[in-house]
Amino acid sequence: MNQPLSFQRNPQLNSNGELQHLLSIDGLPREIIERILDTAAPFTLVAEREVKKVPLLRGKSVFNLFFENSTRTRTTFEIAAKRLSADVINLNINTSSAAKGETLLDTVDNLAAMQADMFVVRHAASGAPYLIAQHLAATGRKHIRVVNAGDGRHAHPTQGLLDMYTIRHYKKDFSQLTIAIVGDVLHSRVARSQIHGLTTLGVPEVRVIAPRTLVPTGVERMGVRVFNDMREGLRGVDVVMMLRLQNERMQGALLPSPQEYFKSYGLTPEKLALAKPNAIVMHPGPMNRGVEIDSSVADGAQAVILPQVSFGIAVRMAVMAMLGGGGQ
Amino acid sequence: MTNMLKLHIKGGRLIDPANGVDQLTDIFIADGLIVGAGDTPLNFVANSVLDATGCIVCPGLVDLCARLREPGFEYKATLQSEMAAAVAGGVTRLSCPPDTDPPLDEPGLVQMLTHRARLPGFAHVHPVGALTVQLAGERLVEMVQLFDAGCVAFGQANRSIVDTQVLLRAMHYAATFGFPIWLQAQDSFLSRNGVAHDGEVAARLGLAGIPVAAETIALATILHLAQESGARVHIRRISSAAALEMLIAARASGINATCDVSINHLHLTDADIGYFNPHARLDPPLRSQRDRDALRAGLASGAIDALCSDHTPVDEDGKQVPFEEAEVGATGLELLLPLCLKWAQEMNVPLLAALARVTSNPARILGQHAASLAVGQVADICVFDPKATAIVSRENLKSQGHNTPFLGLELPGRVRYTLIDGALAYDAGL
Repeated sequence: MNQPLSFQRNPQLNSNGELQHLLSIDGLPREIIERILDTAAPFTLVAEREVKKVPLLRGKSVFNLFFENSTRTRTTFEIAAKRLSADVINLNINTSSAAKGETLLDTVDNLAAMQADMFVVRHAASGAPYLIAQHLAATGRKHIRVVNAGDGRHAHPTQGLLDMYTIRHYKKDFSQLTIAIVGDVLHSRVARSQIHGLTTLGVPEVRVIAPRTLVPTGVERMGVRVFNDMREGLRGVDVVMMLRLQNERMQGALLPSPQEYFKSYGLTPEKLALAKPNAIVMHPGPMNRGVEIDSSVADGAQAVILPQVSFGIAVRMAVMAMLGGGGQ
Repeated sequence: MTNMLKLHIKGGRLIDPANGVDQLTDIFIADGLIVGAGDTPLNFVANSVLDATGCIVCPGLVDLCARLREPGFEYKATLQSEMAAAVAGGVTRLSCPPDTDPPLDEPGLVQMLTHRARLPGFAHVHPVGALTVQLAGERLVEMVQLFDAGCVAFGQANRSIVDTQVLLRAMHYAATFGFPIWLQAQDSFLSRNGVAHDGEVAARLGLAGIPVAAETIALATILHLAQESGARVHIRRISSAAALEMLIAARASGINATCDVSINHLHLTDADIGYFNPHARLDPPLRSQRDRDALRAGLASGAIDALCSDHTPVDEDGKQVPFEEAEVGATGLELLLPLCLKWAQEMNVPLLAALARVTSNPARILGQHAASLAVGQVADICVFDPKATAIVSRENLKSQGHNTPFLGLELPGRVRYTLIDGALAYDAGL
């Protein structure tokens, strides 16, 4: 049924197709993804300067709104915003308002009243940043930007974009690549963002490698090939994107043990040898060595895991600079 | 006052599914009953005439599931607000599920509810009693006493009974007295933590899925135990093509089971979740287009007996949260008729057959009143303009709950008058 509803339109683009918020890579046009990656490139050089700052967001207030614990992502957003000269306010909500019973939108209203220009949001529920963006639009505060820093299992667009940046850095042309995403796709917001990024940028073959318990129903419709056998799935790939396996997956009958998982789906030098000789290995961190990845691979010559982190700051700077944070 | 009224409904097209009637006919009402159709009865002098020219005159709608939210959830809706919604939607008789707070598991609660609902201008209310104490699925309620207090059936609302021995015994006990059992088929393990149909949309949005097997497994259990016990079973809110096929096969093998579908599942699919629309958070979840199409065809063929609103008013706080945290349900009493008409138009179902799905068929399942417009019957009547349309909006809804995935849509059919026991309970003033 066609519904004339705000929920039927992705609120991250305005009616002119320009980026208002960054909520998901799903539905993001290729040109915008490429523009973000192009914008990020010069920002990688800012870190090499003596004064690691540019004044693009001077006078703007960026609120890091983390309803779910994260040190790494919050820190990279904080560094990115500070390098753009923004004022950064970090809020770990799970330890303050939410515990006192304040609703998500009450928190947002209060912070918006403190003249926020941008919210960087992490939340355990899929779609929470959409709710915030829809609420801001419905209450006449469209100028406040929302950046999704990870929502439930749904999306982690800046991670997806930094992964695209990394692949472009090492492989240049997306149109000739075969790429495998390995691990807990079912629970992974990173995997979903990677899949949308890769298919939008024209990667001809995106593979997903996991046991059946960790593959979402209908994932093929997102344009990927599913492999249950890791050796078969890795054959001839240019890029191996490993996912983090959380310990709690050992409960609830998804997997029997970390040891058994490693035996079938851990990335070892022997399995990596099935990929192309110049294949790169990526991981969004934090890694579980000996569970999804062998230390000799994580620290090996093909791993680009630490460059991913540095690129992440540049990509987040690009996103925040493009959104501009207000500009009424 | 009611008894003094002699009413003439003039110029309308009478559609009476219970009697297979569809013709232009005036009807005459006195003392709350229909006293004549066609020619004016002898010595009948109307003291009020309702002009129904261009309108359809049909039995008041019978809704198999409308939550009135009393007792316990008065902040979401009250008897007053939801009864206003019922008559505005042409609904004159409804049953309410037992998931109140406390649940309807004691005769006193049921008596209180039916007493409070027995007011002029209110639709007839028939509670479904809890099947187990506190809906916990462990101990049986006092069914005989609850029946005497006014319950028409027993059920678990949206909860399931995990313990199959309890379920079998509940069916045996109910069958002893001929009480019907109304159940929703949903396996509590396979639906645990799930918030959307397990398919492409849930995969894309990162929502935890509920597979179709959650419905078919629970349905298989219910049907096997119904056969074993001989209980009369009604399946609420069927949601998948596979479950419907099972039910059709079970009936063919002689199992006594009826079923209904909600207005939401008749029109929407999981794709209507869009970008996390919390109004599309429903129980059971909206399923795929293939499922939706099977339900639409099943209602047309008669495999599905009735269409219900599954009316569930939720306050704003319950929906102004991320999708997976949103309270389930949608308001629907005022949308039952328009969405029945919309389905009939789209599926080319004649009005006589379409209206049977919201009048005589659910009335038969309820077993209280025939929803017939024959002479001598109670005058519970809905008069509506089939050509007029209305846009679903917060302002237009009488229900205290404004939560519906149909907000903003233009739907066919506008109720002009609703009569209960021969008295005007709603006048749109058009």
